[in-house]
Amino acid sequence: MRAQRYLPIALVTGGLALLPLVVTSNFLLNFLILTLLFALLGQAWNILGGFAGQFSFGHAVFFGSGAYATATLQIHLGVNPWVAMVLALAVGGLVGAMIGALSFRFRLRGSYFALITLAFAEVFRIIAHTADFTGGGSGILIPLDLRPANLQFEDKAGFYYLVLALTAGSLVITRALQDSRLGAWMLAIRENEDSARALGIDSFRVKLVAITLSGAMAAAAGVFYAQYFLYLDPGIAYGVGYSVEALLVPIIGGMGTVFGPLIGSFVLHGVDEATRGLTGDAPGLNLALYGALLIVMLRFLPAGLMGLAAQVKGIGHQRRTRQAHRLKEAGDA
Amino acid sequence: MLEARQVSKRFGGLLAVDGVNLDVAEGTIVSLIGPNGAGKTTLFTVLAGFQTPDEGTVRFAGRDITGLPAHAVCRLGMVRTFQVVQPFGRLSVRENIAVGAHLRHPSRAAALDRAEAVARRVGMAAMLDQPATSLTVAGRKRLELARALATEPRLLLLDEVMAGLNPAEIDEIVPVIRAIRDGGITILLIEHVMRAVMSLSDHTYVLNQGRIIADGPPRAVAADPAVVEAYLGHGAAARMQAAEAAHA
Ligand SMILES: Nc1ncnc2c1ncn2[C@@H]1O[C@H](COP(=O)(O)OP(=O)(O)O)[C@@H](O)[C@H]1O
Ligand SMILES: [Mg+2]
Repeated sequence: MRAQRYLPIALVTGGLALLPLVVTSNFLLNFLILTLLFALLGQAWNILGGFAGQFSFGHAVFFGSGAYATATLQIHLGVNPWVAMVLALAVGGLVGAMIGALSFRFRLRGSYFALITLAFAEVFRIIAHTADFTGGGSGILIPLDLRPANLQFEDKAGFYYLVLALTAGSLVITRALQDSRLGAWMLAIRENEDSARALGIDSFRVKLVAITLSGAMAAAAGVFYAQYFLYLDPGIAYGVGYSVEALLVPIIGGMGTVFGPLIGSFVLHGVDEATRGLTGDAPGLNLALYGALLIVMLRFLPAGLMGLAAQVKGIGHQRRTRQAHRLKEAGDA
Repeated sequence: MLEARQVSKRFGGLLAVDGVNLDVAEGTIVSLIGPNGAGKTTLFTVLAGFQTPDEGTVRFAGRDITGLPAHAVCRLGMVRTFQVVQPFGRLSVRENIAVGAHLRHPSRAAALDRAEAVARRVGMAAMLDQPATSLTVAGRKRLELARALATEPRLLLLDEVMAGLNPAEIDEIVPVIRAIRDGGITILLIEHVMRAVMSLSDHTYVLNQGRIIADGPPRAVAADPAVVEAYLGHGAAARMQAAEAAHA
């Protein structure tokens, strides 16, 4: 029963693991890698936004902190990249806890919380721009050294398996959350914080845990980005682009679900690639497209594609029961 | 079990609760009545830790709980419901109740089991898998009660759980509340439905403009026409006597 809850994750991960055997084109592998990277980042947002109901507009602050943490630890302190990855997750979690402690202590909710996260991402971008150890505005380069011991891989398949492992981990964590008291508490806070408090939930603490977990997970996405591209600058790491990706992916796929971010990421980047072919690289066009998509989703499909699937399944179920009734009546007659 | 001493709560220029003294003895049902805007709900929010009183102290189960946050008060065993129902809309009835049950049951499976048991206790067993938003007013009121009950409280604060119910639905909920008390849970309830107040309570407080203006056995309070006429509106005395007669 318990293990059965993880079967879909095992099947999906297994299926995705087979892809490099058939997909040899570097272009396609790169597409898959980025899609999984955004699924991971989107899952991080989903835990805080989809489960605990706290909509962040600045998840780049965690993504960027994870990326900069691993890069600077390697370059300035010579820390092994695997160890640096673990430390970077802790940094992401800490940044989350700090932002959470500040904003949740002052009961910031809704758009105020979104604005505060946006402001933090911007402050971190400016700090990264001015500080020395981050390489300032010209960015930071991780030296090329393609060895697995170095968390760098000769071929794209190696990176693909790394990001797949991280994404699968995020799916398992989210499923475990869904089956736990902590997850139930987060949903309760999302649905009605006053009721949650009346029923004995320490909403400050639960939200703090949510943003810490979310921050660490988004930092994992940042670490992967740094290892894959080996270059960061403040505009990439803390730019608004990743904050938008982080929220769009679960909103499209289905907030508060396990597979929503993964599905959302495939759809968003599939559409993105398809339309790029059509429109060329007209600047700003894909942001306009993202904005339109966001409005359409929130207006017509607030439960995302997972919600749509559930609806279709429900209708199918109703139709089947109606059919069964008719058959039974016919039999009785 | 619960003692409020000289509790006051001010909203700007309005003294919503004004030097209230109130006692609830273990194992009893105490009711709090009074016209709209008297400060009843505000008193509940102060007792349950949703707001700190400007003056006075609240003691519960031998402890001073003044200023303790709501979740901590709930953990000690005092839980409130909301007059304006606040369901977890996108969760099922079962999941709603399980949130309450999680307070004492960390495991998901145990909390879901408890939710089912509590649902049976308040007559919601048939609705367990419905989303909370699909419930009628009566259903939502019951859900408030069920979730609170699932926290396994010692004292239950019910804020107008019968408001908006039809007479048949009220007749259904009254024995449920009595059974809860008989199960060992003390109850303080705010209620406008006098029939229910009369038949349920051991002791009644009357609140008006933030002050307790009378208290005693419900019949004695009801028999005081001056109190009733002045504070529950013209004609209320006659209505209450009729209700009493109907019950006798
Ligand atoms: N949060 C608040 N801020 C300002 N005024 C409030 C607040 N809550 C209640 N009041 C006012 O306090 C008075 C008492 O309200 P309430 O406790 O809800 O009365 P009751 O429950 O007896 O109908 C009312 O005049 C109401 O408008
Ligand atoms: Mg009220």
